[in-house]
Amino acid sequence: MSIAPAQLLRFLGARLLSSAVVLLGVLIVVFALVHLVPGDPVRLALGTRYTPEAYDALRAASGLDRSLPEQFVTYIAHALTGDLGVSFRNGQPVTTTLLQRLPATISLALVGLVIALIISVPAGVYSALREGRVSDVVVRLTSQFGVSVPDFWLGLLLISLFSLTLGLLPASGYLALTDDPGGWLRQVTLPGLTVGLVAGAIMTRYIRAAVIDVASAGYIRTAVSKGLPRRVVVSRHIVRGALVPVLTIAGIQLATILGGVIVVEVVFAWPGLGRLVYDAVAARDYPLIQGAVLLVAVMFIVVNLIVDVLYAVVDPRIRAA
Amino acid sequence: MSVSEPPVSVAAPRSRVRAWRLLASNPLTVAAAIVLAVVVLASMLAPWIAPYGVNQIDVANALTSPSPAHWFGTDELGRDVLSRVLLAGSTSLTIAVSAVAIALVLGLVLGVVAGFAGGWVDAALMRIVDVMFAFPVLLLALAIIAIFQPGMLTTTIAIGVVYTPIFARVARASTLSLRTAPFVQVSRTMGTPAASILRRHVLPNIGGPIIVQTSLSLAFAILSEAALSFLGLGIQPPAPSWGGMLFTAQGFLAQAWWMSVFPGAAIFVTALAFNLFGDGLRDGLDPRQRTIIEARHGQRRRERAAAALRRDMTDREASR
Repeated sequence: MSIAPAQLLRFLGARLLSSAVVLLGVLIVVFALVHLVPGDPVRLALGTRYTPEAYDALRAASGLDRSLPEQFVTYIAHALTGDLGVSFRNGQPVTTTLLQRLPATISLALVGLVIALIISVPAGVYSALREGRVSDVVVRLTSQFGVSVPDFWLGLLLISLFSLTLGLLPASGYLALTDDPGGWLRQVTLPGLTVGLVAGAIMTRYIRAAVIDVASAGYIRTAVSKGLPRRVVVSRHIVRGALVPVLTIAGIQLATILGGVIVVEVVFAWPGLGRLVYDAVAARDYPLIQGAVLLVAVMFIVVNLIVDVLYAVVDPRIRAA
Repeated sequence: MSVSEPPVSVAAPRSRVRAWRLLASNPLTVAAAIVLAVVVLASMLAPWIAPYGVNQIDVANALTSPSPAHWFGTDELGRDVLSRVLLAGSTSLTIAVSAVAIALVLGLVLGVVAGFAGGWVDAALMRIVDVMFAFPVLLLALAIIAIFQPGMLTTTIAIGVVYTPIFARVARASTLSLRTAPFVQVSRTMGTPAASILRRHVLPNIGGPIIVQTSLSLAFAILSEAALSFLGLGIQPPAPSWGGMLFTAQGFLAQAWWMSVFPGAAIFVTALAFNLFGDGLRDGLDPRQRTIIEARHGQRRRERAAAALRRDMTDREASR
């Protein structure tokens, strides 16, 4: 399959442009966040620590004393250079705080994604190949269970079973992978399972649909009718053909997981971005909320962009569309 | 659908009967419907059937395990868990239904206008939807709650807003396919005003996918509200909520399993019933799906799978 560079470049350009438009929209929403607060956000954030001096200082530090258009331009310009302002609470640069929390969230999200793939690829392929039979119905129903279970409840049940009853794994806490790989693995297992089981259930549905789609394609019928053994058709043709959509699904899920781990992080006291957002909302630390929301949205846009581009490189039909 | 529109009014009743027959033939859908009826009824009647008051504190009987006096046990203040689960149900359902109603109306307007107008209006509206999709559901809801005070109204609005884009996409996709349909084209050339076309042809015919999405969204709205309340940013104590009860239960996991099992099971069963019912509705009501089912094992198999994949992606992409 040869790739027409001009066509690919055109697709790339269009895709980048639309990502840029979405990014601008995201920036506007995030900027507007602090200005939509009824009343005075600085006053609210200070709460009982309010003094006129502290108020003026914080307002000036966060740039809220300037005109709205001026603030907007400054915010965008600063955000694009990675400067997301300072926390209302402790005066730390928001970017630094976010970067400190990012590794914990990414490690949890990746573990969750790996678990989700381990579950959903075999389950989805198996279910698709036995479409309509009892085993397919069982897989679909089980995945429906996973889609409907509240992740924080699943987390609590896992803690009850593996930590409190069996005493096998720690219920909470975090060790950096680089400091203590063994300890990290023990700590990440339960939150990772919580994220992975739910994501795996969702992905099973997609993968099943993707495999059914591939399995009914003409080239599969050809492979079957030329007498290839079923095993070969499944492993060489169907699974390989379904790989591209599965990658897309995995990409979308990774982005969803990154933003969706808030509650799981709170249950397991996992010091990631989600936990940070939770604390920031409780403390009404608006610059930190803005920064975290922006970071997650940007990760979402970037992951989706990468997935789309990969997809287009692998599958020329997408570029033409 | 008026009598003056023969193609639609003649076809509709027959296909609708068929749709309901299809629905009733799926035991899972029927079971889900029964469970939903029980949940809704129990929640509505909660003030009368709850054996104890929601905030009836009885410290002497705190943390007692399930017994004939307290079927679901008692919490750390001796409050009856069953009574609280029942009353929390009515709050959760009220929020979920109101939030989905907001999302439905906003999304329907956005999607139908975008799909019907086309051109730059469509492009602009869909970019807004894209931007909203860039935020994970719970994060966007948290940001909205951070702006206002946490509470029932804020929670409802936040959940309503975050599920709007899904409805907008579903409504737009259906409207787009109708815009080029021959009977709409004919109506247009006859000079029927756009508003009438929308009311007579578009809205009645996009009902199927929208109803399906409504049921699925109710499941996710229940889950979102529970998550927000678990974080302490949804329904505020002492008002009971399933999520809030689970938050308290986390501190008593070792002593009182019933405090976490029953409220969690209530969320799970309700969400599962909405999801299964939504899937059943999809098989029965979604016209594309219906023709596809009827042509099962025929040439349309491949199209069905492709359509199902695309639909699943739009329905659920940003749902959780």
